[in-house]
Amino acid sequence: MATLPSKPIADDVSLLVVLIDTNPFFWSTSSSSLNFHQFVSHVLVFLDLIVRLSQLNQIVVIATGHNTCDYIYDSSLDTDQVTGEGELPALYSFVLQRLEEFVDKDEKLGAKQEGLSEKRASSLLSGSLSMALCYIQRVFRSGPLHPQPRILCLQGSPDGSEQYVSIMNAIFSAQRSMVPIDCCYVGSHNSAFLQQASYITGGVYVKPQHLEGLYQYLATVFAVDLHSRSFLQLPRPAGVDFRASCFCHKTTIDMGYVCSVCLSIFCKHHDKCSTCGSVFGKAQLDAASDRKRKASES
Amino acid sequence: MNNSEKKRMNGEAEEENEEDVEDEGRDAWERTYTDERSWEALEEDESGLLQPIDNKAIYHSQYRRRLQSLSATSAASRIQKGLIRFLCVVVDLSKAAGEMDFKPSRMAVIAKHVEAFIREFFDQNPLSQIGLVIIKDGVAQSLTELGGSPEAHIKALMGKLGCAGDSSLQNALELVHDTLHKIPSYGHREVLILYSALSTCDPGDIMETIQKCKKAKLRCSVIGLSAEMFVCKHLCQETGGSYMVALDEGHFKELLLEHAPPPPALAEFAIANLIKMGFPQRAAEGSIAICSCHREAKVGEGYICPRCKARVCELPTECRFCGLTLVSSPHLARSYHHLFPIEPFTEVSARQLELSRVASKTCFSCRESLLTPGTNKAGPCAACTKCKQYFCLDCDIYIHESLHNCPGCESRRITPAAASVTMS
Repeated sequence: MATLPSKPIADDVSLLVVLIDTNPFFWSTSSSSLNFHQFVSHVLVFLDLIVRLSQLNQIVVIATGHNTCDYIYDSSLDTDQVTGEGELPALYSFVLQRLEEFVDKDEKLGAKQEGLSEKRASSLLSGSLSMALCYIQRVFRSGPLHPQPRILCLQGSPDGSEQYVSIMNAIFSAQRSMVPIDCCYVGSHNSAFLQQASYITGGVYVKPQHLEGLYQYLATVFAVDLHSRSFLQLPRPAGVDFRASCFCHKTTIDMGYVCSVCLSIFCKHHDKCSTCGSVFGKAQLDAASDRKRKASES
Repeated sequence: MNNSEKKRMNGEAEEENEEDVEDEGRDAWERTYTDERSWEALEEDESGLLQPIDNKAIYHSQYRRRLQSLSATSAASRIQKGLIRFLCVVVDLSKAAGEMDFKPSRMAVIAKHVEAFIREFFDQNPLSQIGLVIIKDGVAQSLTELGGSPEAHIKALMGKLGCAGDSSLQNALELVHDTLHKIPSYGHREVLILYSALSTCDPGDIMETIQKCKKAKLRCSVIGLSAEMFVCKHLCQETGGSYMVALDEGHFKELLLEHAPPPPALAEFAIANLIKMGFPQRAAEGSIAICSCHREAKVGEGYICPRCKARVCELPTECRFCGLTLVSSPHLARSYHHLFPIEPFTEVSARQLELSRVASKTCFSCRESLLTPGTNKAGPCAACTKCKQYFCLDCDIYIHESLHNCPGCESRRITPAAASVTMS
């Protein structure tokens, strides 16, 4: 589009898109000291902190469920500006109410499907990442000045291997638009996808050791705007595992064979690629005519 | 006005013949004014001020046409794409490249856009390699060897920008043929020639060279900057490449960037092979080793080859000692969207949107209102064929050009039963 590129408003104005994991399979089985209600209360205080740091800061909250993803809160919408009275500030009660509605909707969508095994406990991270990136693109288009966007993933569910390609697509798109993806992982084992996401896009990945103090991790690491990050000592990644997993056994390998047509990874030499069906070592036309001949003979 | 005739070659020769019959005696530049009267698109509002032209709809329809033509060529059968590409870019630096019809000069414009092209190329094809060749004084020289590091190529090109002499297409083709002959059989051999001159000074029979290139399965494409030439057209037709002539700088950039995504690979060109590759781990923080690329001691960040344990600085690369191709899994993942592309969205007219039972007329991914601003009427939008969600036109473009994920489809959980139905 032949429009002028949008410039950031100021160094310290940020647009924070928070992706909250509401996956009931994770929260009900999590053995850590944090349950979902405490988690949400930590996050709400953190959101309040961001809003207070600068008047121009914007927050968008997207919930990542097991069966669907949806927007929960957008600070720039008029309909989401609520003033209320009561014990809790208006922001908290609004977000809590919307989260409850979302969790109910998520559950209803899940009830239609039968025979779900507990093993597939991953949430739809690729969906909420894609929605967040589209929203950020909209902010870039919105006017001559825009806040500096970044994405914060609060994730606990394990990685779903079926989402690998979509998550990588989202990561590369974020890298091109220069949007860092930060992650605060509250699950049990490290998430390889999110570690790669933070490494590739220039974000920060933290797995807090003491989950009761989650708010402190959030406030000290993730509340700071992008420009000021250069003055802080942020947690550095201990070791990002970039090894690939082979398509046949799903084990991580450090040396393997790659099909030149479809780039699938195998750990041993095969005659035929299981993904694209190409026969190795033969020109495809010969292979196709061989197959036709065999089919007509049999 | 420069009187050189520039015609856009897009295979619609019949259309141009009709125009020729009607507008005999008019130059090409006069004909463009009779065809597109851009001043008639201006509109005034009530107070007499000029209104900004709504480019969005025009832009979106151009984008959709491009997408349709792309999906039409790769329809039906799953055509393989040439993912591991070995591309030689031939830059013509003869006297014609010093012409100033592209501002400041053709050479400067070519250099600027080739730099952007190289970066985009490695972004989309991380496992591929580029080599640069220049034609100057009737001789072709190889500027850089086939390699995978964008900085080296760009630096070499920027250092050698000077134009002189004649251009020789045959010498360039011979050089490129010798370079690309040696690469392994699983790689796709491509040549991209940026030709500014209107003639070629060859030492021998160029038709023989063209046949030699055809036999070696080189796919040659040409982007001309001055006018269409028969020899370039013949070369591209014989080898299966594309020949386009740029009309202006913007068009040149567009044509050049069209060569960045992998082309559909013709079945006879591709010999599938299993390539042995290594996935190195990052070196431990604080470890000291002598790196194999710079031959100096370095601390910390780097990768260790899994076969010979040599240290390399960046990926993807080939280990200097044992020759193993070293990549990281994100490099392979960068190309997966070419193999699992998303379907184009269908256009939804304003009327269909109004009739639909969607409660809030907002785009599913960015929550922007789908109603035309200032009114209550629905504007044009797009819908995904699988998840039936509505998206605004800008999200449609972003999703297909950059993101390659449909947010609606990703936000649904498909059960295995439903998944097996959709896969079959």
